[in-house]
Amino acid sequence: MKRQSVLAIALVVAVTGMMLAYQVRIQRAAASSLPVQRSEVLVQNLQAVEKERDSLRDEVAQLRGQIAKSGAVSDQLSAVETQLEQARMAAGLEDVEGPGVIVTLDDSKRAPEKGQDPNVFLLHDDDLLKVVNELRDAGAEAISINGQRLVATSEIRCAGSTVSINNTRTAPPVDIRAIGDPAVLEAALRLRGGIAETLLFWGIQVDIKQQKLVVVPAYKGSLQPQYAKPAAGGAQ
Amino acid sequence: MWIVLGALVLGLAMGTVIPLSLPLAYGHYLSIAVLAALDTAFGGIRAYLEDRFDVGVFVTGFVSNTLLAGFFTFLGDRLGVELYYAALFALGVRVFNNLGVIRRDLMQDWKKRGGHKFSPEQRETQG
Repeated sequence: MKRQSVLAIALVVAVTGMMLAYQVRIQRAAASSLPVQRSEVLVQNLQAVEKERDSLRDEVAQLRGQIAKSGAVSDQLSAVETQLEQARMAAGLEDVEGPGVIVTLDDSKRAPEKGQDPNVFLLHDDDLLKVVNELRDAGAEAISINGQRLVATSEIRCAGSTVSINNTRTAPPVDIRAIGDPAVLEAALRLRGGIAETLLFWGIQVDIKQQKLVVVPAYKGSLQPQYAKPAAGGAQ
Repeated sequence: MWIVLGALVLGLAMGTVIPLSLPLAYGHYLSIAVLAALDTAFGGIRAYLEDRFDVGVFVTGFVSNTLLAGFFTFLGDRLGVELYYAALFALGVRVFNNLGVIRRDLMQDWKKRGGHKFSPEQRETQG
């Protein structure tokens, strides 16, 4: 009888101890993985990496300057150079200018009424994507958003309250510059049921100006491929 | 007593080592279960010291206290009333009560064995 009672108490105490230790472990784990702490570390990492990126960007600009100088020496290469120039323009490595449009977009000034989703009054990454897509469809040859030249690898992605383009964050108001036939570009945006009409419906501020001269800056990042290389056998 | 202490250490070790994982949302339930288990353990020790320990009462008490506390927490979550605190309070008071009684029982035991040198009246009653 005595032995039995001691064993029963021991069993319950063992279970209690197990739960206690487990609870303590959970609490400690919860405290150490606080999202706040994590985000602080991430912000620090991000700042360090951004600093590094800026210094590398300067280096890229410097090296490109050197290439330009050494390339100008021989005039036998002028045909190749023209080709190279065109390729560089298409790739977004040159500042380019020409006729085009300047599209300015900003969040809605209208305050959302009760029960309305405030999100629809804000400018989103997919709005920018639609505008850019429309401009490209209308034959835009070079496009930049807030000074970021769109190249083959450019992303337009939601990044919290900002939009990430070429891994650089930018926020409304957004200034989109496109080079192409100004009338065609504007018409494409203003199509009935098109992107401008949709955005204006929600009060998002859309301003499209045709310009005789638009300057679109060069892509400032690196185009050094890390994974891709020319396919040996050619594409099938 | 040593068996109980050994069981406690064993339990603590198991809780630390076993890679169980419970969603954080159920933290409330576990904490109230811990308290119910503590209450039962102390209640059992008290009953044992007072020689009125009953295995049946003890085990059913453990199970029903833990389940009831869990049910209270669940109900409180559903109703938006922190019934959890009711269980917390009731169990907490009982744990302290039991602890107090256990302390008194143990002291009395000790005194009976003559371990206390500064209580002559106790010795007189014994002698």
